[in-house]
Amino acid sequence: MTPALIAQIREKRYARARGEKWHVALAGLSLEVAAGEFVALVGPSGCGKTTFLNIVAGLDRDFAGEVRLAPHPDGRPARVGYVFQEPRLLPWRTVYENIALVLPANGADAVVKDMLNAVGLPKAQDLYPPQLSVGMSRRVAIARAFAIQPDLLLMDEPFVSLDHDTVEQLRELLLKLWHARPTTVLFVTHDIREALVLADRLVLLSGTPGHVVADVPVSLARNRRGSGAEIERLRDEILRRHRELIGAAAAPATSES
Amino acid sequence: MSAVTPARRASSWMAASAAAQRLGSVALFLAVWQIVAAAVHSRLLPSASAVFVVLAQESVHGPLLFHLGITLARVAAAFVVAMVIGMAIGIAMGRSRTLDALFDSWLVLLLNLPALVIIVLAYVWFGLNEAAAIGAVAVNKIPNTAVTLREGARALDRNYSDMAASFHVGRWPTLRHVILPQLYPYVFAAARSGLALVWKIVLIVELLGRSNGVGFEIQLYFQQFDVTRILAYSFAFMIVIQLIEWAIFQPLERRASAWRQ
Repeated sequence: MTPALIAQIREKRYARARGEKWHVALAGLSLEVAAGEFVALVGPSGCGKTTFLNIVAGLDRDFAGEVRLAPHPDGRPARVGYVFQEPRLLPWRTVYENIALVLPANGADAVVKDMLNAVGLPKAQDLYPPQLSVGMSRRVAIARAFAIQPDLLLMDEPFVSLDHDTVEQLRELLLKLWHARPTTVLFVTHDIREALVLADRLVLLSGTPGHVVADVPVSLARNRRGSGAEIERLRDEILRRHRELIGAAAAPATSES
Repeated sequence: MSAVTPARRASSWMAASAAAQRLGSVALFLAVWQIVAAAVHSRLLPSASAVFVVLAQESVHGPLLFHLGITLARVAAAFVVAMVIGMAIGIAMGRSRTLDALFDSWLVLLLNLPALVIIVLAYVWFGLNEAAAIGAVAVNKIPNTAVTLREGARALDRNYSDMAASFHVGRWPTLRHVILPQLYPYVFAAARSGLALVWKIVLIVELLGRSNGVGFEIQLYFQQFDVTRILAYSFAFMIVIQLIEWAIFQPLERRASAWRQ
């Protein structure tokens, strides 16, 4: 079976604001993700995780390398859903309109309502994003991404700077949605615990320029991940082997541009 | 959600009191005018009541409404042309550094060209006709609109465009739902100042080269030193412009900013 995503980034660099020096953000980063797999990209702030997602999403085409998305089984090009670090809902459009915007006009109505139910916001459709709590905004952003029935779902630290309970609820919601609507997920985080709770596999990134330092399958069964002790044990093991990630483990919930 | 929240009731009360204040201010102005005119007692400073009596008579029996209509039509035409062209230029320059570098000095030049010069040149080059008149007014307004919309286009939030691009939202829906709503405040700013500028310049254009319209009438009464009629025509026009502000601009703006609560 062909992988859902094959990415080989030879180099991605930015022009520095001043002077002619280049800043190399990514170098020699290769990644393959199988169809239906949930992969967490883990690395410290500034290692190019967001840059990489933007390349995969097709937003950034200025790089050396190749990104291939397997087409949908019926032949159409792969659809990519993106949950950004901030919800990025249009504040001047209602919740309903925000989701309908990314859908083809016919049939949108049923999909929007279905998705709002699925994320537990059946009554929010006429609200404007500024009226939503942060947790609700994230739910809408997740609903929007799932609404298009993505073949690949990109998530860029979607749960940073939220309180503990909200994060727990959103993770649970994400897993529930993912089980009901299976898709390939690439989830960026700097939180190893979060990655261990959610993913089938951790891809550890590090350094400037960013590259893959390790590929760690999560063998712990999903129904046993509720126990904090098992997660802590796995996390300690990863940190012991990959000291370069200490920065990630200690990093507070800072945003990365 | 309840129909009338205390906050909303308070805000409607505040709106009513603001309206009352405004009315009071207008009444004060008219009273001062009336008193000063009575004290001066000159043909060259008619009283407020005299002006409004003439305004009423001229609208019912005289040609005031006809000339007002002609002028309004010119204002509307020049306004639409100036807004459409000015917005297109402004957005293009805001989005493209090359265009901005190429044409920025042109804009500055045009901004500093006196309205009178543009009007005279338009009449000299294109003749004393309607197209030259409206074109001259539009050219006076275009650089203003372009500069305002250029600011708006520069301030567009890249995050929203990226969102639309990553979800493959089409060109037209992106423009309508993502780009234009960010530009509305700039469009309204340009439209407000545009209307004020356009109607003043239309009067000059009429005075210099048209045989009807409020500007033409004012020139006529200027030759007769008929200050009452000059003021009557001016006030008729100011009232119409204020009505446009209340009846069109403010409701549109409220609708466009409904989401800011």
